[in-house]
Amino acid sequence: MSDRPGSGADALWAAGSPGLGAPEGTEWETVIGLEVHAELLTRTKLFSSSPNAFGGEPNTHIDPVCLGLPGTLPVLNRHAVELAVRVGLALGAEVRPSIFARKNYFYPDMPKDYQISQYDRPINVGGRLELPSGKVVRIERAHLEEDTGKTTHMGGAGRIDGAAYSLVDYNRAGVPLLEIVSRPDMRSAAEAREFVAELRATLVAVGASDGKMEEGSLRVDANVSVRPAGVSRLGTRCEIKNVNSLRSLGRALEHEARRQIELLTSGEAVAQQTRHWDEDEGRTTALRSKEEATDYRYFPEPDLVPLAPEGAWVEQIRAELPLLPRQRRRRLADATDEAPARVSLIVERGQDDLALEAVEAGAPAAAVLKHLEQNLAGGTGALTAAGLAELLAMEESAELTSNQVKDVLADMARTGQAPAAVARRLGFEAVGAGELAVLVDRMIAEHPEEWRRLCSGEGRERKKMQGFFTGQVMRATKGQADGRRVAALLAERAGS
Amino acid sequence: MAERISRDEVAHVARLARLRLSEEELERFTLQLGDVLNHAADVAALDLEGVAATSHPYAVGNVLREDVPGGGLDRSEVLAQAPETEAGQFRVPPVRGEAP
Repeated sequence: MSDRPGSGADALWAAGSPGLGAPEGTEWETVIGLEVHAELLTRTKLFSSSPNAFGGEPNTHIDPVCLGLPGTLPVLNRHAVELAVRVGLALGAEVRPSIFARKNYFYPDMPKDYQISQYDRPINVGGRLELPSGKVVRIERAHLEEDTGKTTHMGGAGRIDGAAYSLVDYNRAGVPLLEIVSRPDMRSAAEAREFVAELRATLVAVGASDGKMEEGSLRVDANVSVRPAGVSRLGTRCEIKNVNSLRSLGRALEHEARRQIELLTSGEAVAQQTRHWDEDEGRTTALRSKEEATDYRYFPEPDLVPLAPEGAWVEQIRAELPLLPRQRRRRLADATDEAPARVSLIVERGQDDLALEAVEAGAPAAAVLKHLEQNLAGGTGALTAAGLAELLAMEESAELTSNQVKDVLADMARTGQAPAAVARRLGFEAVGAGELAVLVDRMIAEHPEEWRRLCSGEGRERKKMQGFFTGQVMRATKGQADGRRVAALLAERAGS
Repeated sequence: MAERISRDEVAHVARLARLRLSEEELERFTLQLGDVLNHAADVAALDLEGVAATSHPYAVGNVLREDVPGGGLDRSEVLAQAPETEAGQFRVPPVRGEAP
């Protein structure tokens, strides 16, 4: 199917039309766009000075403005603007003059009956996020808005339908949010997860968010549609809400794409709707569909004046931006002569500064990456770059065996001591070169038959006998001899 | 002159704002809103090439406040003024329809 020219396939494919353009064996492509809401790490709310803090007794972080009391006026939080600009710059967006707008709706999570957001003139426009895999996802916009309060539906099993009444906590009402909207550039659940992980790491790096999806400080809504491969027009999309982790995002997207493909394959249409992800059931369900198209009657917020961050301020924020995950990958990749994707795990774990310093201290890059990836998944703890470099030098000069290096490394991460001291304490005294030669000679003398077989043997036989002698030496040294040096001595003695 | 806004459109806007209008009110507001829109059309007819759009009547911008906590309200005082409360929260009638 994928070799069909786009225009021809488009003609056959009427988005959402029952059964059209979906013959058996159709290859499907999933198209995903994401909206990520990030609570900004300010001390106070977006338009008022009660605390922005997670948890706490209900309705203890409240003030006249976030309760929408008559006569109150919102005043914009400078730090929230700075964080929004940081994120905008990190995403390569254009920071523009912007205004706020009222989004009107009737729901008790906002006591004003409107949410202050940005609509047609958002603060950040455009941008892009480069993922570890090299994929680039375009950013549509990243705008400021206030978070809503939290409603709890009582009775009716906690679901909104059939609830007897609801309780409202306004601690979260007015907390600053940045809504980051991607273009529909992702083509699989895995790519969507990668995008959210990279965006989260970027938000955390610039100090805008704590990135905690499980506490709701980072929330993801996904727009999903499917279309036959090769078609350029988008299918009818559904919006998935209530995904609270990267894992549930992946599961929800895979489920939803499959559901849509099954509908289209069986000749039914996909209805544009908002769907709720049920983590326990492992499926999405339609929310009660609205009788008419949602109309929020947006209009410019008369209580707030326009926002246009001064050029000098924006440039100062740009100059103070920390290294972004993408830049950290590039930096470590350059230093180790690897591809950026190859070092992404180490950057993700925040071990790249250590890796870089160890390489600069002369440690072999490949060994640094290998040990960090394989032996320090639990964190580097008290390990220093100098200590790591020293240890790797000991490994290279065969003072320690690779198993011993692992043990020493784990100990160094715990204690922060120098490798030589740790090796001594663990009893990993390297067997001296002279001592080892004497030992090898003794083993040859004690096992003349095996030695003859080694010297005259070919291939497997020779290998087997080499293993025998190495084993003897290891036993005599309680495993502390270096296997490579034993092999070298045996080869030398055998005259080959 | 063609109507700027129809009676049905006024009824639609009233429904969005959760307003219940009588037949007589619908009639009256259709005429009044039509006048308002006529005035806007007069402004729109002017040649405003090169004039920036106004989003706010005052020529001020960038009114910002420092991110310093303060000015909170006491929960018991606030909840004492609510029609119904439960467990430190506002108690409200069952909600129809999901949050936007």
